[in-house]
Amino acid sequence: MKNSFFGVTKMDRTRLNIELYKKEYLIRKSEETIRKYYMDDEMKTPVHLSVGEEAIVSGVIQAMGKRDQVFGTYRNHGIYLAKTGETDKFFAELYGKKDGMGKGKAGSMHMFLPEENFMGSSAIVATVIPVAVGAAFANKYKKNKNLVFVFFGDGALEEGVFWESLNFACLKKLPIVFICEDNGLAIHAHIKDRQAFKSITDIVSKFGCNVFKSESTDAEVIYNLTVEAVKKQRRVNKPSFLHLKYYRYLEHVGVNQDFQYGYRSEEEFKKWFKVDPLKIQRRKLLKLGLIEKEIKELEKAIDEQVEKSVEFAKKSPFPGEEELLSDVYA
Amino acid sequence: MRRITFQEALNEALMQEMERDSNVFVYGLDVTDHKRIFGSTKGLVERFGSERCFITPLSEDAMTGMGLGAAVNGLRPVHIHQRVDFLVLAMNQLLNMVSNYRYLSGGKVKVPMVIRAVVGRGWGQSAQHSKSLHSIFAHIPGLKVVLPTTPRDAKGLLISSIRDDNPVIFIEHRWLYFTSGEVPREPKPTPLEQGNILNTGEDITVVATSWMNVEALKAAEVLEKHGVSVEVVDPRTIAPLNDDLIIRSVKKTGHCIVADNDWVHCGFSGEIAARVAEKCFNELKSPVKRIGFAHAPCPTTRPLENKFYPNAIDIIRAVEEKLKLEPIDLSNEEFYSWENRFRGPF
Ligand SMILES: Cc1ncc(C[n+]2csc(CCOP(=O)(O)OP(=O)(O)O)c2C)c(N)n1
Ligand SMILES: [Mg+2]
Repeated sequence: MKNSFFGVTKMDRTRLNIELYKKEYLIRKSEETIRKYYMDDEMKTPVHLSVGEEAIVSGVIQAMGKRDQVFGTYRNHGIYLAKTGETDKFFAELYGKKDGMGKGKAGSMHMFLPEENFMGSSAIVATVIPVAVGAAFANKYKKNKNLVFVFFGDGALEEGVFWESLNFACLKKLPIVFICEDNGLAIHAHIKDRQAFKSITDIVSKFGCNVFKSESTDAEVIYNLTVEAVKKQRRVNKPSFLHLKYYRYLEHVGVNQDFQYGYRSEEEFKKWFKVDPLKIQRRKLLKLGLIEKEIKELEKAIDEQVEKSVEFAKKSPFPGEEELLSDVYA
Repeated sequence: MRRITFQEALNEALMQEMERDSNVFVYGLDVTDHKRIFGSTKGLVERFGSERCFITPLSEDAMTGMGLGAAVNGLRPVHIHQRVDFLVLAMNQLLNMVSNYRYLSGGKVKVPMVIRAVVGRGWGQSAQHSKSLHSIFAHIPGLKVVLPTTPRDAKGLLISSIRDDNPVIFIEHRWLYFTSGEVPREPKPTPLEQGNILNTGEDITVVATSWMNVEALKAAEVLEKHGVSVEVVDPRTIAPLNDDLIIRSVKKTGHCIVADNDWVHCGFSGEIAARVAEKCFNELKSPVKRIGFAHAPCPTTRPLENKFYPNAIDIIRAVEEKLKLEPIDLSNEEFYSWENRFRGPF
């Protein structure tokens, strides 16, 4: 599927869009499932849900090569699901169980899966960015061709370490793609109350970075943009910076809507919901010739996977007490 | 055996480890300039090229995270700071990322990285170029903290730290750079998490870190002439701490002084006092005594700076107090005046 941007056949395009929809649907379904069960208070871990950003993570990750690596923040469910496609370890981790990818020690905010090249996530804003830069440094050092993709929010742009990392990556021309997922908010603080600069892409471009931006909620658009970025990156040997806007549907942390608190309006949500990533993608699949039944089947398979994983997670044991002190040191 | 200086020993360890393993690389501010981190990075860039030995932007925070990412991806970074005081800009990476990355991965990743930090003193370094801070690092689960004293250990411990699969903070006292001693030519690792008895004695135990071992040995030498036999124990690795040698020694002597190259309050010396109390309570003939920096920022002016840092005389006086001895006349003793070797400006 990768690198099939130019001269794609309709077949290719259909297959690509099915893949993108599957990713988006897996994310939406998993997050909705968390919302459904969260009030049971068995998933004792703060969750920052990816609802609304499905097009970005699905599109970018679809464009990643198999060996490419990804890093993210605490808002990492979308990355995890799109990158790994698995939900057993995912839910087990949320339930704090032994079968979680972090044996229940990581929880929602720090989950990653090195064997699937999801190499790290962090709940301290911007803190994962230099680590991703280091991974890119290592890839260049080892002369493999692997790229590193690092996701972060608009809030990270205000942290010093973002600029330190960007500077070093551009100075050393490291094989890294920075992805700023801009939802205009840091918790409840609007970007206009936080940032003196108007255009982050203008500034970043001055570092000698290839910049790309989009406000699309169409995963295919994001995919194509990423493929283009990667091609250019490989050609001119410079890092890329993707500035991608989206709307966060739910509260910053937790599973509920929060329009009643007045810091943002439901009207805005309604506007964005008209171009909801899943709606767009589903409609597109029908246009590309899939029939309703085919889509339903594909959705049903994911529904079943997720429900099974929740059952698995609930049944999985908690880690034994010996786990408390294991893996502090290698 | 051949004698070399502490600084040459560090240099030789880096040279040999970089030779042995192409995943080892050395970076930090000033590592390739003409001063070469007080000589310890001499020859590296010439031998291994600028890909494996390079200077960085003044970005301690990001450069620490960079080392972590490189380590997770299989390299063995050695990051160098001219002063430990600069490393505090990277506390976020150390405490939030480096120290717990492996744990949160469920034990899947390894973090083999070394952070060398020089500890300053003398010539008016004042409050911002003189701290040691090893107690703070040692407080954090997941970090290893190593303080070599002898040239032999400088080499052996640096080799072990580079080969270790954990993040290691490696603290080097600048005055030790000039000391010389026997160091094997071949790359012989000194095991981490093992102390070392620098002087065997029967009457009292002095547990010392870094430069304070030099002061403790001087104190032992003076006291020896007066019939007092001091055992000097250098823990070398303070986190994780293997206290076997310390406990065995205090059980034997019944007295314990901790001479730490750091502040006392909430410091490593308190940890030793607690362990000795927990494990040797019945053998103790006197309370544990802690000696360390005065509880103040380090002042610039010499008379105050001299009072800020503890020395051999403080150790001697503490020994006399514990063993109920008359104060020894020290007027004919010569104590270290390393200032002379240390004519500024840095
Ligand atoms: C260094 C740091 N400061 C503050 C916080 C508290 N905090 C958690 S998330 C967040 C907002 C971050 O916003 P953004 O980067 O835009 O990410 P988003 O949540 O919108 O995805 C803040 C301030 C933190 N986790 N880390
Ligand atoms: Mg945001």
